[in-house]
Amino acid sequence: MNHLIKGARVLGGDPVDLLVKDGRIAAVGAKLSATGAEVLDAGGLVALPGLVDLHTHLREPGREDAETVETGSRAAALGGFTAVHAMANTDPVADTAGVVEQVWRLGQEAGLVDVVPVGAVTVGLAGERLAELGAMAESAATVRVFSDDGHCVADPALMRRALEYVKAFDGVVAQHAEEPRLTVGAQMHEGDRSAKLGLTGWPAAAEEAIIARDVLLAQHVGARLHICHVSTAGSVEILRWAKARGVDVTAEVTPHHLLLTDACAEGYDPVFKVNPPLRTDADVQALRAGLADGTIDAVATDHAPHAVEDKECEWAQARPGMLGLEQALAIVQDTMVETGLLDWAGVADRMSVRPATIGRLTGHGRPLIPGEPANLVLLDPAARAVVDPAALASRSRNSPYAGRELPGRVVATFLRGVPTVLDGKAQR
Amino acid sequence: MKKHLLEAADLDRSDATLVLDTAAQIEAALTGREVKKLPTLRGRTVVNLFYEDSTRTRISFELAAKRLSADVINFSAKGSSVSKGESLKDTALTLEAMGSDAIVIRHGASGAPHQLASWVRGSVVNAGDGTHEHPTQALLDAYTIRARLGRLEGVRVAVVGDVLHSRVARSNVRLLHTLGAEVTLVAPPTLFPVGVGSWPAEVSYDLDAVLPKADVVMMLRVQAERMTASFFPSAREYSRRYGLDARRMAVLGDDAIVMHPGPMNRGMEIAADVADSVRSTIVEQVANGVSVRMAVLYLLLGGAPS
Repeated sequence: MNHLIKGARVLGGDPVDLLVKDGRIAAVGAKLSATGAEVLDAGGLVALPGLVDLHTHLREPGREDAETVETGSRAAALGGFTAVHAMANTDPVADTAGVVEQVWRLGQEAGLVDVVPVGAVTVGLAGERLAELGAMAESAATVRVFSDDGHCVADPALMRRALEYVKAFDGVVAQHAEEPRLTVGAQMHEGDRSAKLGLTGWPAAAEEAIIARDVLLAQHVGARLHICHVSTAGSVEILRWAKARGVDVTAEVTPHHLLLTDACAEGYDPVFKVNPPLRTDADVQALRAGLADGTIDAVATDHAPHAVEDKECEWAQARPGMLGLEQALAIVQDTMVETGLLDWAGVADRMSVRPATIGRLTGHGRPLIPGEPANLVLLDPAARAVVDPAALASRSRNSPYAGRELPGRVVATFLRGVPTVLDGKAQR
Repeated sequence: MKKHLLEAADLDRSDATLVLDTAAQIEAALTGREVKKLPTLRGRTVVNLFYEDSTRTRISFELAAKRLSADVINFSAKGSSVSKGESLKDTALTLEAMGSDAIVIRHGASGAPHQLASWVRGSVVNAGDGTHEHPTQALLDAYTIRARLGRLEGVRVAVVGDVLHSRVARSNVRLLHTLGAEVTLVAPPTLFPVGVGSWPAEVSYDLDAVLPKADVVMMLRVQAERMTASFFPSAREYSRRYGLDARRMAVLGDDAIVMHPGPMNRGMEIAADVADSVRSTIVEQVANGVSVRMAVLYLLLGGAPS
């Protein structure tokens, strides 16, 4: 089936028609026609290249009660994504070619987005010895991003070796920056609110110290480094300094860190417990500025589904993490576009082009021009809706945006010319 | 009064004063009586839901409810379904289904009473949650100070010890501030939370500089295991720098009192001769705790059963 998309504003520009044929964009121009093509009226809609997420937790294998590759893929497609990286902290851990191939194959079978497995840096995420990174890179999953996410590769010597080793196959280590000795028992951002609430603090310095260390290591060994979920103003400063020095470092920020602050912890609702924790308003402003000026390269959701019993409990016992895939674009519109910090071209760059480049995904993050793969999203920026967790495609309900009115609606998503979402509904 | 007592900030000045005045009336009403009981809460059910061992606080609440003629159920984490892994929410809903009107909760996790209050229809009283708050302890402390010194306005209170981990300190700072007292917190810098500067209290690292000006010295329990986490080098050094001994007690003003929420580490934060001195209110605090908790239960549950 071919598709003729009429009147879409590519990257927010003037309306044009796009002809999608055989999985590729065949033509872009005014008043296109194509016999036999399904016509999609995209008047008023913005077209962006399909979004790419460097950071999700799809929970399969191991916690299929919280999410599966299929339900997570559906949530991703509904959020406008065409490719998502699936973190390695599954059970068993994705630290072998066998597990990454399993996740990759589940993604292919779901067929809603390209599921790109992330390989663990260390065996069992234990931070003691390197996993078989080369085997994962050479597997059918062609892993390029390696991360112990959820855990920091805290041992500096091991981190150095990992950074060096993945150079052989153009890989990148995505560091969860958290000095573990400074965050023992940590529950929320350490500051005025943690003091008041009596919750053990997670100091900003625990993140910043690791980023500072790792940019120096990356420069020393000439390796590529990616920093997961940057959450503090200080981290942005260190990254800005490192980039100015020529360090090959990239970084991501989550939608929730662009919007929410530690004030959310006041009612002790564990839906707002996340790692790294929600920070202060000053941090939020610095993260937005860093994303706007390119110091932070990408928005990545850190989509972290959790079963009800892991969230409806005491704050200290609750698992950290929150859903993100289905609201990511809306949060970015809310915090970056409607504030004038990014235009739609900027959104495409931070949510598609750069994350695809970091992950070395050649078929994603491409311009919407003839000959390119037809990976794209159509969104209605004028729509507004209140988030209802019960209506989400994710198997879990731990959305921090419940009841919040957000702008924008993903109307359609195309994966290599095949609509995965039409009229806001998943197609499989 | 709000429906729940979850933290000291739930009480404004008139509410807090009402609790203290009510406690005084209750105490007067019971003085000299052979049967130390009031019929106020007859037919009401109060559940003591204790996830942490606390003989003192549990007995105090139990006695308070019983003296108001309420039915009391004690539910402790040991020997109940809790140890089999039932969630706090399920336990709360079970207790409510059995007809509880109020739940008094002690829990090791900060915020557990707040969550409980969002799940049940009855009143929730925080009997100490993690390192967050212990509001009835602050009320009984305020009651004790008022009873001894005759006022709270302008009273200078030094709270000394492990402020970082102390729910007693958090509740006292808030409540004493609400009631017009001036609080100075004293501890080694490692035992203050980052962010203590936003509290309505002065901060000092020097006990000897604070003592001469204090009307009240409230010593906090310091657990020896803090030592192994390098909050201070040794129990001996802590005691030397921040312990209240006879030498330090001698610099206090004539009417100054010494308080401790218990249980004490004699010889660590407080010397035995200080704990047993005439300045010490430690035993009165325990007695006052029952009256104050009666007042809290009465004000939250008072009136006819609905």
